[in-house]
Amino acid sequence: MTRGYLVRGMLAGVLAGLLALIFAKVFGEPWVGRAIAFESTRNAAAGVPEGHAPVSRTVQSTLGLGVGVLVFGAVIGGLYGLVCAISQGRLGSLRPRGNAMLVAALGFLSLGLVPFLKYPPNPPSVGHADTLDRRTVLYFGIIAAAVALTLGCVVLARWLAARHDSWTSVLVALGAFVVVTALVMIVLPGINEVPGNFPAVTLFRFRLASLGVNLVLWTALGLGFGWLTQRSLTRSSTRRGPTAEASPPVRR
Amino acid sequence: MTASLPIEAIHEPLAIPEPIPVREWLPWMVFAGLLMLLGLYFVGAEQGAASLFGGNYVHEFVHDARHLIGFPCH
Ligand SMILES: [Zn+2]
Repeated sequence: MTRGYLVRGMLAGVLAGLLALIFAKVFGEPWVGRAIAFESTRNAAAGVPEGHAPVSRTVQSTLGLGVGVLVFGAVIGGLYGLVCAISQGRLGSLRPRGNAMLVAALGFLSLGLVPFLKYPPNPPSVGHADTLDRRTVLYFGIIAAAVALTLGCVVLARWLAARHDSWTSVLVALGAFVVVTALVMIVLPGINEVPGNFPAVTLFRFRLASLGVNLVLWTALGLGFGWLTQRSLTRSSTRRGPTAEASPPVRR
Repeated sequence: MTASLPIEAIHEPLAIPEPIPVREWLPWMVFAGLLMLLGLYFVGAEQGAASLFGGNYVHEFVHDARHLIGFPCH
C-alpha cells in the first residue's frame, strides 16, 4: 500500500521534473547565460584570470541541468508520495485526486513560495563565496520552519474542523500560517548581495523563471500523482468490487 | 459509448480510501525519507556549504539546476 504511493510519487516526480526541465531550459537558461556574461565582463575588467572550469558551459546547461532537475523531481516526488499516503483519508473527505492537489499546494507553499519570498534565488555572479555557509543554513532553516508551520496549521485545521464548520477551520488555520510565517520572516536576517550595477531585468527574469520551475514541478506532480492514484485504486476496486459482476459488460 | 457506462461510476467515482495505519507507513517514511534527503543533498548542497567528496565536480555539474531550483550556490 505505502510502497505503491512511494513508487507512484517517484514516477510522477520524474514526469513533473521533465516538464520543469523544459520550462527551465526555455525560460531560465537564457538569463543564466546573461548573468555569466556579466560575471566574465566584470572579472576581465578587474584583471581576474579565467579559471579552469571542470565542466563546460554546454554540459552545465544541458546534461547537468537535466540530471539535476530530474533527480530533484524524483526525490521530491518520492517524499511527496509518502506524505500523500499518510494524509489520505485524514484531511476531511478528500478523494485521492483532491488529496494529491492539496498536498502539492502545501508542498509548493512551504518548499517553493515561502523560501522564495524571504531568500529569493540568485543567478550566477550574485552572492559572495564567503557567505555561502550562512546563506545555505538560512535557506534550509526557512524551509524547515515553513514545513513545521504547515504541519502545525494542518493539525490546527483538523482540530478546529471537529468543532466548527470547514470554511471557518481552514480560513483560521490559513490566517495563523500567514501571520506566524510573516513573523518568522521579520525575525530572520535578510540577504542582499546583488552588485549595484547588475542588470535589473536579468535578475527579475531569472527569479521569475525559478519560481516558475517550482510551480510547474508541483502542479504537474499533483495532477500526475492524483491521476495515477485514482487509476490504480479504480483498478483494484473493480477487480474485487461486488459491483463488477452486477454491472453490464462495457463494450469499447 | 457513454450509454454503456454504469451510472454509479459517474455519480460515485471512488470511495474515500481508508487511512493507512501509521505503523505501516512509518518505516517507509524513515528509510525512504533518509535516502531521499541524501539525494536532495547531492543536488542542492554537496561541494557548496558542505563537502563529502573533494574537488568541485558535483557542484559544477548540477550548477545550473541548483541556481534555477533556488538553492544558494555561488
Ligand atoms: Zn553557482
